[in-house]
Amino acid sequence: MNDAAMLRTDLHIHSCLSPCGDGASTPQDLVGMAKLCGLDLIALTDHNTAQNCPAAAAAAKEYGIGFLPGVEVTTSEDIHMVCLFPSAGAAVDFGDLIRQSLSPVENRPEIFGVQQIVGPDGEPAGTEKILLINNASRYSLDELPTLCAGYGGLCYPAHVDREANGLLAVLGVWPEGLGVRAAEIRGETPPAGVPKGLKIIRASDAHSLADIPEGGFPLPLRSADFEGLRQWLEQK
Amino acid sequence: MTVRELSERCGFDLTCGEGEREVSSVYCCDLLSIVMGRAPAQSAWVTVIGNVNSIAVATLAEVSCIVLAEGFSYDADALSAAKGKVTLLTSGLPVYETACKIGAQL
Repeated sequence: MNDAAMLRTDLHIHSCLSPCGDGASTPQDLVGMAKLCGLDLIALTDHNTAQNCPAAAAAAKEYGIGFLPGVEVTTSEDIHMVCLFPSAGAAVDFGDLIRQSLSPVENRPEIFGVQQIVGPDGEPAGTEKILLINNASRYSLDELPTLCAGYGGLCYPAHVDREANGLLAVLGVWPEGLGVRAAEIRGETPPAGVPKGLKIIRASDAHSLADIPEGGFPLPLRSADFEGLRQWLEQK
Repeated sequence: MTVRELSERCGFDLTCGEGEREVSSVYCCDLLSIVMGRAPAQSAWVTVIGNVNSIAVATLAEVSCIVLAEGFSYDADALSAAKGKVTLLTSGLPVYETACKIGAQL
């Protein structure tokens, strides 16, 4: 760990595909904003889909910033989990599986906003009709780590210090034997109830460009990519 | 019966809204993804989840009001999201007793 630099990260950002996300948060613009904010590594984690990850990955390459494609999955218990993958293709495939397991409740754009899919050149590429938030996938908290691993990815509970959809608020206690190596927090300190030994990842859960934090949150990663994150998580 | 009348007869607190909408049934569930697809429109939805997601789900399902049971409180984000949109009641009773009380009035 001595040779690992502190990277400036934000591993939980939403785009305009998330119904609660700002319409201005196109993948291209949020990557550009992250670059302006001085970040080294970001993750795009829309609710229950990764359809904007290919566009964000292309933009990240152009801007020269590390990028992790991801999905913020709602488990069958209504708990949010951040799932990250080594490639946009893997994230999209995993996201499709999750999305197909949602209840077929349609989005109402007048309430939640348009769920905008964006193409590689920033062009509108359709809208998602199934409501992506307040909807739950059919996959439980217990089975998600194995499911992610099947796509080469990893996952950990999102915003465990938050009331809405946070693991501790929903379940009351941390379940024994949960196959994760990290917990995400939004605030500065992890709440009581997070087991010792887990890595703590602070992230913004930004839903608009203005929420992306200047300077990000420091993590001791060897490289600004999936492998860098995976290696750090596996360290004792 | 309107939400306001229901609230008065049951002894609940009208926490947010005027309560002018009619109530025609009562529905209980805490898993929002289920409520979203299954709560009947114009129902009184009894739950212990008082966060901003509940407001979105109540709007989507077109319930007449949320009844937060067990003496729980709505959080600040929920209260501001509900303003002008969703009527919020509060009951000190458990979910079952709250729902029975509503059912007896309908």
